[in-house]
Amino acid sequence: MVMMRPSKTQRIYSPGSSGALSLSGLIRNLNIDIPLLGSLLLICGFGLFVLYSAAGESSVLLINQIIRIGVALIAMLIVAQLPPDFLRRWTPWAYFGGLVLLVLVLTMGDIGQGARRWLNIGVRFQPSEVMKLAVPMMMAWYLHDRDIPPKLGHITVIAVLIAVPTYLIAKQPDLGTSILIAASGIIVIILAGMSFKVIFGLGALSIPGAFLLWSFMQDYQKQRVLTLLNPDSDPLGAGYNIIQSKIAIGSGGLFGKGWTNGSQAQLEFLPERHTDFIFAVLGEEFGLLGVIGLLALYMFVIGRGLYIAFQAHDTYSRLLAGSISLTFLVYVFVNTAMVTGLVPIVGVPLPLVSFGGTSMVTLMAGFGILMSIHSYRKLLPH
Amino acid sequence: MNPLSPIKDHHKERHLFIGRAVLASAILFILLGLVIARLVQLQVFDHELFAEKSQGNRVRIQAVPPIRGLVFDRNGVVIAENLPAYQLELIPEQVSDVSDTLTRLAALGLIASADIPRFAAQSESGQRFKPVTLKLRMTDEEIASFAIQRPRFPGVNFQPRLVRHYPHGELFAHAVGYVGALNTSDLQRLDSTRYAGSSHTGKTGVESSFEDDLHGDAGFRHLITNARGRQIPANTTELLDSLPINETPDPGSNIYLSLDIELQRVAFDALEGRRGSIVALDPTTGEILALVSAPSFDPNLFAVGMSTAQYDELQNNLDRPLFNRAIRGTYPPGSTIKPMLSLAALETGATNLARKAVCVGYFQLEGNEHRYRDWKPHGPVDLHDSIAQSCDVYFYEISSDLGIDNMHEYLTRFGLGKQTGVDVLGERPGLVPSKEWKRNNFRNHDNKRWYDGETVIASIGQGFMLATPLQLASAVGTLALRGSRFRPHMVAAIEDPLSREKTLVEPVWLGNVGIDNELYWDTVLEAMHNVMQGPQGTAKAIGFGAPYRMAGKSGTAQIVSIAQDEKYNEDEIEERQRDHALFISFAPYDDPRIAVAVIVENGSSGSNVAAPIAKAIMDKYLKYGDDAPK
Repeated sequence: MVMMRPSKTQRIYSPGSSGALSLSGLIRNLNIDIPLLGSLLLICGFGLFVLYSAAGESSVLLINQIIRIGVALIAMLIVAQLPPDFLRRWTPWAYFGGLVLLVLVLTMGDIGQGARRWLNIGVRFQPSEVMKLAVPMMMAWYLHDRDIPPKLGHITVIAVLIAVPTYLIAKQPDLGTSILIAASGIIVIILAGMSFKVIFGLGALSIPGAFLLWSFMQDYQKQRVLTLLNPDSDPLGAGYNIIQSKIAIGSGGLFGKGWTNGSQAQLEFLPERHTDFIFAVLGEEFGLLGVIGLLALYMFVIGRGLYIAFQAHDTYSRLLAGSISLTFLVYVFVNTAMVTGLVPIVGVPLPLVSFGGTSMVTLMAGFGILMSIHSYRKLLPH
Repeated sequence: MNPLSPIKDHHKERHLFIGRAVLASAILFILLGLVIARLVQLQVFDHELFAEKSQGNRVRIQAVPPIRGLVFDRNGVVIAENLPAYQLELIPEQVSDVSDTLTRLAALGLIASADIPRFAAQSESGQRFKPVTLKLRMTDEEIASFAIQRPRFPGVNFQPRLVRHYPHGELFAHAVGYVGALNTSDLQRLDSTRYAGSSHTGKTGVESSFEDDLHGDAGFRHLITNARGRQIPANTTELLDSLPINETPDPGSNIYLSLDIELQRVAFDALEGRRGSIVALDPTTGEILALVSAPSFDPNLFAVGMSTAQYDELQNNLDRPLFNRAIRGTYPPGSTIKPMLSLAALETGATNLARKAVCVGYFQLEGNEHRYRDWKPHGPVDLHDSIAQSCDVYFYEISSDLGIDNMHEYLTRFGLGKQTGVDVLGERPGLVPSKEWKRNNFRNHDNKRWYDGETVIASIGQGFMLATPLQLASAVGTLALRGSRFRPHMVAAIEDPLSREKTLVEPVWLGNVGIDNELYWDTVLEAMHNVMQGPQGTAKAIGFGAPYRMAGKSGTAQIVSIAQDEKYNEDEIEERQRDHALFISFAPYDDPRIAVAVIVENGSSGSNVAAPIAKAIMDKYLKYGDDAPK
């Protein structure tokens, strides 16, 4: 079986490395990628500033978030130590284990905010977070041994592998996460070189698919779509979030109102200001310049991730690294587009900035995988 | 699965991957570009629109009530002012256990146990940061005792606010009136812009009649509020810098009354424990110097708010303390109208200075057995004597010559039977009957007729005739000035609170009663003088030995009809059925400066009960008696 296969990879030690005593040596031994870690820390740091203001200058929330970041960084470090081959071998276990958890959630999960998303096994967590990584890993695992670009039969299998967790999560309901998970899987297929004919064919299918989706959507989700199209139809109800969010961002202007001076955020006009709508707080207090600054940091992270993917030695690592990086970009896009009123409101946090637990850990673990892939890359012969 | 890895073209695969990755990133970056374009649209092109909306979101306009004008007496003594009072408030969100807190407050005696459920309900409903008022006005003792306990009551505070205060309590209750909390009908009636922040409005007296001057105009200030309407304290945020300019309220005008607190107090004390009314005025201007209605009440109760029980007690009190007898109480004027009727009789020729009547103690109309009784047989009397000694028979005899319509004509000229036009609202017109009045106001055919007997009793101010104390004071002032009338008024000046510029209220001359023969006036006024200071005057005991000359006329208003052949016996009659005692007077006789009307309900005797009160007021005003200069 897969586990029996000997490792084809080895760690690359730089010749100048004299051991674990020097800092650079330690960093290399821990498989840390400095550019990636540095930009992630910058995002987290900037995020803490915004969060402090968004949470009404509450240090309680701030400390809580710092602890989460710390836990997430530890998770990242641990994952970074796992060789890609090891990850690959364990991928099916992770994927199917995750599916079991998703089924458990639907049958015996905790209910919160009108959805059944949490599982309480000592710690309360969202199994859908596991799937954020498990799905692209599974896609990459499946394609690792197969011909690239994949054949239609393989694509069908992959489609099922994506559809099942997506459906289970959408059923919770958690539309935002299911979209992200579907996206992470689809990105793997695209990166694997699926023919454009199939891509466009599926794209064409998506139009009737959208109608199908509409029929499956919950009332509140339909309302969100309608609200997006005309937020002023119900300014105090469903349209309130998006109206207040646009006011916050728009009133920020080029340079913003200044840290902790955003009236929309400070006076609580902006709902969900420290979670999903924290981007609006950033836009209000730091203006267009602050927003573009954060987006630039995100771009750097994504660029570094793609670079790592380009350097990866095998199909699994390459597809996984590419998917993690581009899914991160999808995260950023969905949240910012939602907060600026371009897409309907789906509950997607702004990665690394929004206050929240599990998604931070998942994201950092994903970057841990990137670091591991980068450390275990093999220089290909030219 | 094939245990051997398929031979893969890594190079080709990597190139394919890079191509796809670049493509996918390009698509996603284009999407992100859309977001950036959107941000530019919101933050650059539509920035001003959204900046305005954000301002509109958080700025609330709050009305600032103006400070109500003060009321002073003619000497500048404050009669109505605004004092800071402390009210006890509970802010629900700052209290962990509301019912426990309320129970402990009740144990301290700060609130009534019965009110706990009501306050608990108020704390539950409504916004959690909005204070619930537990007590409108705390006494000094309550403030002191609560101050010590305050650490045990987080979320319970006292808040200062301005409360109308009447430092002299009952003394001016009817003259100045009071303010009370705005009610629904007030809100419909009043200009909502002016009253935007106000809680109270004048309800009676000067407070009500001069509401326009006293109230002032509301100002406005702009507040920063959050999404739930909570005000953000000014010192916590720079957000306040961009606020529009506030508009300060215009304070209400101050009012100077013509009332004299010293005189008012003498009048008030004179009626202590009685029911009645006193009005004193300056006949040469119409300025009211004292206006008392007894019993009185504490107007502060209305300004601060009182319990239903307290209000019911005032409302249901048999003595009717809330009733302003001075301008709304109508009494049979009794013999006090005799000087005026005498002038009318002389002027119309119904009598002359030489005519005499022989008073045997009663009078009978021709062909009628009914005896119209006098209070005593006076023997032969002329007009002068009949006033000085208050002989009813003389007036009974001339009544048919004078006729009810002449009585009506001349008494109306003296201001009876119609509103005096005093500058406080609510006065009653009283009643001077006439044939026409009777025709118009009765349904039954027999009742529409005017009977001769009704003329007889009208000649001594009985029957249908009714007058207010204010009308009588004004009428005696007119007598004092030999027919010249001024409109009575209580407000002497209105002061701009900012420039301190006073606008004096000019006396309003209402004309002359139209009796020009000085001899008639000499006779009638001389008779009035002799009432108080003549050898046979009904009130000679009162005016005896006074260092100044005065004039007056007593009156006794019969409120229970006495059967024929029955003697009025004071002791046998219930106190509330005794006659009203009236007295009208003016002084000094040669240079009148004060005119006084006194009514003591169920006081029995005008000369003995009402006259001394009038004398005391004149003494006070003219600086005699206790106030005499040494």
